[in-house]
Amino acid sequence: MTAATITARQSFAETTARATVTARRIAFSFRNVTKRFGDKTVLQGIDLDVHDGQFVAVIGKSGCGKSTLLRLLAGLDKPTAGELVHAGETKDQKRTRIMFQEPRLLPWARVGANVDVGLTGIARGSEVRQKSLDILAEVGLADRSEEWPSVLSGGQRQRVALARALVGHPRILALDEPLGALDALTRIEMQQLLERIWLTKKFTAVLVTHDVAEAVALADRVVVIDSGRIALDLAIPVERPRRHASPELAFFERQILDQLYTQRTS
Amino acid sequence: MSRALQSIGRSAVGWLLPALLFVGWEIASRAGVISANVLPAPSAVGAAFWKLLLSGELLENIRISTLRALSGFVVGGAIGFGLGLANGLSALSRGLTDTTIQMIRNIPHLALIPLVILWFGIDEEAKLFLVALGVFFPIYINTLLGIQGVDPQLVEMGRIYGMSRSQLFMRVILPGALPSIFVGLRYALGIMWLTLIVAETISASSGLGYMAMQAREFLLIDVVVLSILIYALLGKLADVLARSLERLSLQWHPAFQNV
Repeated sequence: MTAATITARQSFAETTARATVTARRIAFSFRNVTKRFGDKTVLQGIDLDVHDGQFVAVIGKSGCGKSTLLRLLAGLDKPTAGELVHAGETKDQKRTRIMFQEPRLLPWARVGANVDVGLTGIARGSEVRQKSLDILAEVGLADRSEEWPSVLSGGQRQRVALARALVGHPRILALDEPLGALDALTRIEMQQLLERIWLTKKFTAVLVTHDVAEAVALADRVVVIDSGRIALDLAIPVERPRRHASPELAFFERQILDQLYTQRTS
Repeated sequence: MSRALQSIGRSAVGWLLPALLFVGWEIASRAGVISANVLPAPSAVGAAFWKLLLSGELLENIRISTLRALSGFVVGGAIGFGLGLANGLSALSRGLTDTTIQMIRNIPHLALIPLVILWFGIDEEAKLFLVALGVFFPIYINTLLGIQGVDPQLVEMGRIYGMSRSQLFMRVILPGALPSIFVGLRYALGIMWLTLIVAETISASSGLGYMAMQAREFLLIDVVVLSILIYALLGKLADVLARSLERLSLQWHPAFQNV
């Protein structure tokens, strides 16, 4: 554990304590997880418990292993060593969805049919369409279900991808820089949408990002990964709704940037 | 309404040049610039068309040729499509067959005509074999390319959402490969006519190619020209059909929207 982590921990001892009081049961745990691709170690001995319903942001520089962490969580890759434990027992409780930087919509399916993909193996028949329309209404695209994805804007496509990810009621939503390709204004809108939906649906969210401001605006907890290890694990006990660029958030942002900065110079 | 008129206008523009050519040709023939022994006037070709139409000979030959073309197309296309799918989806199948197919592809299929005549004589099988062989390659190659070109990110997405292999194929892989498959289809239709006409010209006792060869024997140059014009029209017809099918099934594609 680095010095920076300890200082951060101490300075926020009170607030962290407050956060843990409200902590519920564990959603998933990484236990001493290591991932190697050939000779290259991407993740080294990761231990991470995430509580049910928590919003965790994972931050790090390019190539630090944060996307790999998410792919392990989503079951797209298997750890080389260690294990990933899901709290849920049934398939429904374990359901994890992942959203990528690119929306990955089927260009040959209309918006509604794209959302239907999220119910593959979950629902059938007329129920599918109704659920898709409901979730599209929640992301503000109720009247676009018969459009082709190609006529939508980047932000709208990403909202369709969000609807598709959420329509099957996942317990865990993994987000791999889903707003990275959007312009600054659309990005803030999407952050607000994401927060609103997370507050109503109460799933566990894991957001990988390299935007520190985005991380502190959305997350209950920020995990900084550096060279495949957890370098900082910081609670952000700021009341919601949060105001963008408020001094409170800026304070936490500073902590994280300092951490990233000391890592670079040492 | 005005949009419909516009689209009619746009397709009519394509016919402007052929129409002008015909008029110029007619004028040149009447003025004696083009000798009737070299190229008969369009009106003479029209008269030949009318005569053959009334005798039923023309329609019968068109029917026979079309039937041959389509049956060869179906056989060759189905095999090409099937192998394209198999080789696109399975590395084992590709490893096993692709080298052989690529070797055969480099033989011009019309070079096989002497061999085909020895094997099948001038029966229907000869034409069917040649057309099927000609059609096979463009369909095979473009189906294979289409499947290999499907966005792997979409395939991964389908897997994450728990699609079965057949769902993945029907909802992600096949629609993704379709634009390329249509390119193959249009190439194949062109090759289909080409092959059939050559085969009928060399070895047949009916069909359009045969009609043209017979006319040459009797120096009926108007019938020869008529046959050539009919080839052009049939080729265009096949292309129009393929394009409308393409437009219907690729509505999602930005290239086919608001056209």
